[in-house]
Order: sequence, then structure tokens, then C-alpha cells
Amino acid sequence: MEPLIKIDNLKTRFHTEDGIVKAVNGISYSMDPGEVLGVVGESGCGKSVHALSIMRLIQIPPGEIESGEIWFDGQDLLKLSNKEIRQIRGRDIAMVFQDPMSSLNPVYTVGLQIMEAIMLHKDMNKKEARERAAELLTLVGIPEANKRLDNYPHQFSGGMRQRAMIAMALSCDPKLLIADEPTTALDVTIQAQIIDLVVKLQEELGMAVMWITHDLGIIAEMVHKINVMYAGFIIERGNAMDIFNRTRHPYTMGLLGSLPRIDEAPGTKLTSIPGLPPDLVNLPEGCPFYARCTYREDHCKHERPLLEATESNEHLVACWRWQEINGEGAK
Amino acid sequence: MNVEKQTLVQVKNLIKYFPVYQGIIINRHVKDVKAVDDVSFDIYKGETLGLVGETGCGKTTVGRTILHLYKPTSGQILFDNIDLTLLQENELRKVRNRMQMIFQDPYASLNPRMTVGSIISAPLDVHTSFTRKEKQDRVQELLKLVGLNPDFVNRYPHEFSGGQRQRIGIARALAVSPDLVVCDEPISSLDVSIQAQVVNLLEELQNKLGLTYLFIAHDLSMVRHISDRMVVMYLGKIMELADRNSIYLRPLHPYTKALMSAVPIPDPDLSSRRDRIILKGDIPSPLNPPEGCNFNTRCPIATDLCFQSEPEYRELEADHFVACHFAQPPQ
Repeated sequence: MEPLIKIDNLKTRFHTEDGIVKAVNGISYSMDPGEVLGVVGESGCGKSVHALSIMRLIQIPPGEIESGEIWFDGQDLLKLSNKEIRQIRGRDIAMVFQDPMSSLNPVYTVGLQIMEAIMLHKDMNKKEARERAAELLTLVGIPEANKRLDNYPHQFSGGMRQRAMIAMALSCDPKLLIADEPTTALDVTIQAQIIDLVVKLQEELGMAVMWITHDLGIIAEMVHKINVMYAGFIIERGNAMDIFNRTRHPYTMGLLGSLPRIDEAPGTKLTSIPGLPPDLVNLPEGCPFYARCTYREDHCKHERPLLEATESNEHLVACWRWQEINGEGAK
Repeated sequence: MNVEKQTLVQVKNLIKYFPVYQGIIINRHVKDVKAVDDVSFDIYKGETLGLVGETGCGKTTVGRTILHLYKPTSGQILFDNIDLTLLQENELRKVRNRMQMIFQDPYASLNPRMTVGSIISAPLDVHTSFTRKEKQDRVQELLKLVGLNPDFVNRYPHEFSGGQRQRIGIARALAVSPDLVVCDEPISSLDVSIQAQVVNLLEELQNKLGLTYLFIAHDLSMVRHISDRMVVMYLGKIMELADRNSIYLRPLHPYTKALMSAVPIPDPDLSSRRDRIILKGDIPSPLNPPEGCNFNTRCPIATDLCFQSEPEYRELEADHFVACHFAQPPQ
């Protein structure tokens, strides 16, 4: 099967007063049509920047996509003109952002904001676009959609705003939906509603979904593949069973150990990862996780491990000592 | 659990309404935000009582009212058998050094113009008559206690990472050797791997110093991890109170059941087998909570009775309190 999107050696940098921030450091992977990919990592690991690079939403300057290719639909997104990328952005690739409070414009009605995207990308007049917008709001589970179209964002609750954002993203039947921490600002019962909605829509509409999050728990049950990122690198990649039950990277192990589980036995101690993530301006020469790693050896400090296949070709890990690590992280 | 539990704090029928005024010339009191509406519970010496609930359920208000940062509208708060609601300001100050608070945002709760040393010794200035030398020694001791380098006394908050700042906040709270520490979402603004560090530190300090915690958070798995007993709040009222195991294994209130099932588990095997209860709709506004049971708008088992009369908050089995008409004692 031809991949939907293929990213090759993507490097994104930001030029700041303190030096060059190396946010994304050469990542390569591909996604199939209809695949659900989870991208996991802590703040500053480059998970959002890499998504914004795909959408070409990095502000240049101070940002710069230093190298790489992003192949989508037979063309390299990084070589397209601004006009050409605007045709793809919002139509073929759509994005849902973290904060539903600030990503809607407060002075326009919700309906108008959804219709705007439809009229921009589809050959529809105002009346048809409004019908489509009402259809979309119903699809994402907002009752009385026709009436709700004339509401302003402040009349929506947080969960409803995120639903409206999803409706907007779905308006042109995208092939790829990028969801950047869409539930982080929401309460746990509302979060469950949104996850349920996206899973249902993905099955119904067959689009590919990239779900970016810092919470490993959220993606455990819904994704086909997971990329674990650290300091701008993908350090482990595999399916959910690989990442949770056959963990091979010390960072992924640490991340799983730091998460308390609702079903844990009494007296369980969290195994925290000591120290802090590295400074992205002065990236260490060797393994980026060296300073915090419990498996480190001298040569890890100087030689950077590359992603390599483990027993399975689908499970990749960037660690010199992965063979000695077989964590049942989730157990 | 030991048999002889000593009560440190007793909260009896606590009510905190925030008045809403309207009008420019005649400023009329039109209604109240019922932030905390008739809440009673005990905190035992040496335990961690977890307080969970969604946004706007009144959990932070409960914490702040216990410390008398807000004056309660009515009700009693007994701290070591002293009724705080009857005390004058200067008498209150004498009790205050026995209860301290750790705040949510480690960026906003430290004065950027004060050095770490002066931040931590501020409570000592107010509550003790230590000499300068004694204060310096105490600050050094506290920095070591929370795992920071004692040489950092002359640095400013901006030189520290989020996790380190939260440690400074903890050191400040512990400066006057309090009995009770109210932790108001102390980890929610930190990254996963740093959260575990701070939680482990809090547990360690509790063992070492015999502290009592009121731990307020919305992250259920983290609260369950750290707590001995848990309180679940919804719209200003307590829905259920029980020890950490009963509340997870045998929740009696439909809201607790939904809340527990909505928590993601980082285990693909288990989470796909779990039955999720997805609540419909949003939390009503505390300005006009519904008639009858507060939860009736979203409850999957609500009947006419729930819309007419408010369920009594009662002890269904030993140390297991619940407010639901249909809760049955477990077999």
C-alpha cells in the first residue's frame, strides 16, 4: 500500500537570541491511509513542532525547516508555494488544536467560522455551506445544530467548542486529521466524550488520525502505531503492544513508570526519571537521554544511537542497549 | 488502617457562596455562586485525603476555606478542636503556622523579585522569632530536605525549572513545620516524568515529618496513588467519600463510576476490554444548580425522585459515605 504521508529526515530549528533551538532533529516515518498514529512526549520534545512543520505553519523566521522532505499525495509539501499549500491545508490535512477557548474567533458566530472553511475549499454557496455546517455539528454530537450555528463561541462550553473545532476540521473530508493535545484542557468525563467521538468518526470516515499527547493512557486503546519522542528525536516506534508490553527504550520505560494507574495495587511506588530534558540549544553529542538514563555506558555519551529494528521490523528503537531491556512497562 | 484515628480537621456543614451583584447605581445582590454547598468530612492525623472533581466543583474553594483564606458563609471548621470560624484575625494567625498550602502554578506563586532564600524564610519572619542565623540554617536545611542544592539560596525563581520551583514552594510550606498541608493541584502544570518526582518527594516528606495532606487534583489516578481516602465532589457537594480501594473497586455513586471508567489506563490490553460509561452533556453552572440531586442532568439512572428531592449524604457502610437515592450497600 502506498503510504499517505512519508516524512524523511525532517529538521526544524528556531533562531533565537540564546542560539539555535533544535526542536526537531531528523525524524523519518510514514503513515498509511486510515492509520491512527499516537505521538507521545513531554513538553519541548518536538511533537507539536513536527506537526506544525507538516502543516507548514512554522513561522519563518524565527523558524526554519533546515532539511527534510514530506511526501503527501505525490508532492513534497516543503517545496510547495504558499498558495499551493493553502489548497492542501484545511482540505486534505486538517488540524485540531489544544485550547478550544483560544482557537475560535470570539467575534464571529460558530456557524460562520465553519462555513468559511467550506466555502474556501468547496464549490458551495452560502446556503449550501450552512446546511453542510449544520450537518457537521450534528455529526459531532451538538444538538439543535441549526440554532447553535448562530451562537458565538462564549455561548459554548469547553467540550462543545472542541466539538465545533472538530466539525470545522472535518468540513472538507480531510485525508489526515492532526489532533494536537485536543483533550488536555478538558475535564476527564468530557475528555472521554471527545476520544469516543474521534474514534467513531475515524471508523466512519476512514481518515488517518495523528493524535499528539503527553498522556500515554489516552492513546493506549485507540492507536495503531505510536511514536515516542524525546528532545526532537523519535526514540521508539511500534504498535501499542510493542510500546506498552515490550518496551525497549529506557525513556519509554521511565515514562510508563512515572504514570500512576487507576487500577494500581496499594503501596506502588512511582519510578520517576531523574533530572531534566536536555537544553535544545546545546544538544548533547551522543544519546539525548544520556544524562537521565539508568542504562548508560561511556560510549552512549559520544555516539548517538539511530532507530533500528528489534525482533520485529515494525518495532523500532534508538538505544545501544535495547537487547538488554525488555520492560513490561505497563505491568 | 490503624484503629485509633485522631481527627485533625473536622469540616461540618461548610457552605461558601460567592455573591453576585448587579446594577451600577443600586448595587443589588442578585444571586450566589454556590461554590461549596453543605460539605462535611474529617481529615485524620497523618493521612492523605484526596479531593477530586471536575472544573468548578468547588474543590479549591474547600481547600482555601479550610485555611480561612476565604471566610465561610456558614458551617464550622474545627482544627485540632479549635473552631476557626470563631477566631479573631490575630488569634487565627497563631493557628495558621500549623497549616500551609502548596499552590498549583509554580510560576505564579513565587515572587520573581525575591531570592529563593527570602521566599522560604518569609513564613519564618511572620511566625517565628528566629535570629538571622537560625533562619539561614533553617533555609539550608529545608533546601536539602526538598532535594535542592543549598547553594541556590541567592538565586531567583526564573533560574529554576517548573519541578524545581514546585520544590521551592514545598520548602516554603514546610518552613514553619505545619501539621496540615493543603496541596492544591501541585503537579498539574508539570510534565509526566517531573510529576512523579514531586509526588515521590511529597510521600517521602510525609513519612519523615508525619504530615497530613489534603491533596486536591483533577487527575484521578494520581489522587488515588497518593491518597488514603478520597472525596469526590460535584457542583459544590460531596458525592462519595471512601478509602482509596473501595472507591475504585466498589464505587456506589453513578458519578464516581463514570469518573473511574473515564480514566485512561496505559495498557492496550486492559483498556480495550473495559466498559466505559460516557456521561452526556456538561456540568451545570453553580449559579443555578438543578433542583433535587445535583447530578440529575447527567445521571444515567436518574428518575423522577432525583429531580424532586435531594439525596441524603449518608454512611452506607463503615467509612463509606455517599449521596445517591439508589446507592445500595455492597453485598
